[in-house]
Amino acid sequence: MAKRVVTFEIFRHNPLDPDSKPRMQPFVLEETPRMTLFTALTKIREELDPSLKFDFVCRAAVCGSCAMLVNGKPRLACRTRVEELPDRTTLFPLPFFKLVGDLSVDTGSWFREMGARVQSWVHTMEQFNPALEERMSNEKAIAVYELDRCIECGCCVAACATAQMRPDFLGPAGLLRVARFVADPRDQRTSINAFDVVKTDEGIFGCVGFLACHDSCPKNLSLATQLAYLRRKFMLTGVGIGKDSKDHHNISQTVELSAR
Amino acid sequence: MTTIFTDVLVIGAGLAGERAAVEAALRGRKAILLSLVPPRRSHSVAAQGGMQAALGNMVMSKGDSPDVHFEDTVKGSDWGCDQDVARLFVTLAPVAVRQMSHWGVPWSRVEPGPRKLADGRVIEEEKEKEGLIAARDFGGTKKWRACFASDGTGHSLVYTMDNMVLQLGVTVHDRVEALALIHDGQRCFGAIVQDLRTGELRTYLARATIIATGGYGRIFGHSTNAVINEGTGMALAQDTGVVPLGNMEAVQFHPTGIVPGDILVSEACRGDGGYLLDKDEHRFMPDYEPAKKELASRDVVSRRMMQHILLGKGIESPYGTHLWLDIRHLGKKHIDSNLREVADICRTFLGVDPVTQPIPVRPTQHYSMGGVRTNIGCRAYGLAGLYAAGEAGCWDMHGFNRLGGNSVAETVVTGMVVGRQVAVDLEAPAVACTEKLAQDTLKQVEERIRRLAASEGLVAVHAVKKRMGEVLTEKVGIFRNGKNLSEAVEELQELLEMSRHIGLRTGVGRGANPELSAALRLPGMLRLAVTIAYGALQRTESRGSHFREDYPRRDDKNWLKRTLATWPAGADKPVLNYEPVVITDLPPGERGYGEMQLKPQKEPAHG
Repeated sequence: MAKRVVTFEIFRHNPLDPDSKPRMQPFVLEETPRMTLFTALTKIREELDPSLKFDFVCRAAVCGSCAMLVNGKPRLACRTRVEELPDRTTLFPLPFFKLVGDLSVDTGSWFREMGARVQSWVHTMEQFNPALEERMSNEKAIAVYELDRCIECGCCVAACATAQMRPDFLGPAGLLRVARFVADPRDQRTSINAFDVVKTDEGIFGCVGFLACHDSCPKNLSLATQLAYLRRKFMLTGVGIGKDSKDHHNISQTVELSAR
Repeated sequence: MTTIFTDVLVIGAGLAGERAAVEAALRGRKAILLSLVPPRRSHSVAAQGGMQAALGNMVMSKGDSPDVHFEDTVKGSDWGCDQDVARLFVTLAPVAVRQMSHWGVPWSRVEPGPRKLADGRVIEEEKEKEGLIAARDFGGTKKWRACFASDGTGHSLVYTMDNMVLQLGVTVHDRVEALALIHDGQRCFGAIVQDLRTGELRTYLARATIIATGGYGRIFGHSTNAVINEGTGMALAQDTGVVPLGNMEAVQFHPTGIVPGDILVSEACRGDGGYLLDKDEHRFMPDYEPAKKELASRDVVSRRMMQHILLGKGIESPYGTHLWLDIRHLGKKHIDSNLREVADICRTFLGVDPVTQPIPVRPTQHYSMGGVRTNIGCRAYGLAGLYAAGEAGCWDMHGFNRLGGNSVAETVVTGMVVGRQVAVDLEAPAVACTEKLAQDTLKQVEERIRRLAASEGLVAVHAVKKRMGEVLTEKVGIFRNGKNLSEAVEELQELLEMSRHIGLRTGVGRGANPELSAALRLPGMLRLAVTIAYGALQRTESRGSHFREDYPRRDDKNWLKRTLATWPAGADKPVLNYEPVVITDLPPGERGYGEMQLKPQKEPAHG
């Protein structure tokens, strides 16, 4: 069988070069079995154009470096198999994030700032005791882990309608980070007011509920559920219910009570 | 020109580098982390298996202690490690695990009650241990000791560590690359660093400089490592001409890299009861290793696999010969929860469903036991003010073979140790760097870039890099012999010479330039490659992962010592010296390679 020839139309631009104009450049490759966009782009850089900028690190879908728009949709390039793609494919850098050049964007700086804004760490007054092991149920540990699985690839933010309209939006990833610490029994931010930034339009109330984030997450994280949970929680807090508690169970009881 | 001053400069922001910066910050020192990529994208996130620490909470960990962990580590190293270092490591590892828990890692926990093991035995976890940190079985240890966070141990550790970096306000400069250390032959004063966003050079002056850049896997071409693992920090140290690299010939191969792609599938597959099968779907490991079977040490399993392939029992494919890893019998529920990342990798990158199909695997370069030689406090030999931690360093707890899960534990533990050491050393009066020294180093780097930009050489970076990987994989791989190693040294030296005639195809414009970065890195990578091959050629014995067909036995009389390789300026190969290993408790004994004689039938073939 004749091997398929695929064309990649790739966005090229160097924002630091005053002479650079954004343009599309086609690259033609012969498809090989089990070729991924990692294999393809590496081949293009090695054999056709060594100046092409893109970001791969783990090439195994765990580091979150290589998100880009593949035929208009945010995806991890490393886990995109070329056999799933049509004969012509367009590749754009992720929108929203600052362009470094070509397909490379600065997701790192944005996520770092987000981490600082939501104070992405366990807030505790407990001192570490090297001889003591605190206990946690395995169920709880797994629940926290599930909320800690985000790889900061930026696909959800790139897909988010609110993020395109307001640059200060925490984004689905930022809100998920909040949910991760709300769920963590070691975090002593019991009062919901500790999560100040979340209860504004920069936070959960900026979300318009299109949920493209949920559909774009390469890790299949439960973004829809978590956004709904945070919205309900902070709405109830807004009317004075359950504001001193961050416990799921109490909140659902509160919801039942208030529904009567 | 920007000059940035700090107490502590950490080059590399994976687990070891970040833990070091956290320790320095907790002790009131200003630290700056430099990283090629955002820290959360470091190769540390890829660690799937676990972090070894003797907590002894499981039924299968009963009787575990730092002593038993020590014994496993020393035996695993084939007595090539420093035993005082191994002792310090096993003592600190449990503290490190509990501290990571305190900082937020959601370690998987003990669930009381009965459960069935893969071999049919039923065990019952104790009620009184409920909720304590759990552990699982992981290649080559006597007790279950690998603490894990579901299927993403490395990810959880990195995210938690970087949360600490955020909390403590440690400065992070990402997308930068250190290109030269500033030193006067006695002391290191920092580094000249390129901003990979803009191409600009900056000078960082520091009282302590810590190299934590991970391993060099990518010089092998085929490697389970992330594409950024090119040994840049080791090369920086070697370029000083005064800092020796330790045991560079000690290279670990992981038994199960997928074919094609070389992505690692975790030891946990075999730990949880996976089998290795040949082309007849015969489970062959019990034939070679009746006791440990698939769970023998990595180097043993890798060699048995290659040996079996050389007997003609492998499966042919367009990407070379491979074997099967079979986890089908573990069941969909187990695979989709405990081995989810593995299942994800197989489905996504291979189109293979491990619930119904076996996984194509072969041994692949995985870990660098060698690195920047340091003392037990992670201080580099040869230059005051220079330190190394994690895979980039060689304080030497791994010797000639590293146990699964000991590397993750090592990153955190060395980070603690080096952070403490630096804090102590900074109590001494500061030694100032002369302005001339910093300027001269900067000028040398500028000159290298200018020369590359102006070069009309016809050699392409990629072609040299590709050949380097082929030579290493074919001749400095799992089975080594004198003839192949001599050829490898010679050819790698030729490639090093060729690298002087590299011409850039894209020129040096404004902003980042991936071709320039690759060209700047290449000579250092080639020097590492020569150092590995030359060290392996000289070491006429087999020890741990270093296996010589022509010298198949360990030779304690002549080789119970560590290689120290220094590369003087202008030389075409390193100068090798040797030092004795530290033995405190455990005299050299039998490591256990199984009963069968290891004898490959013909030259190894690699795809």
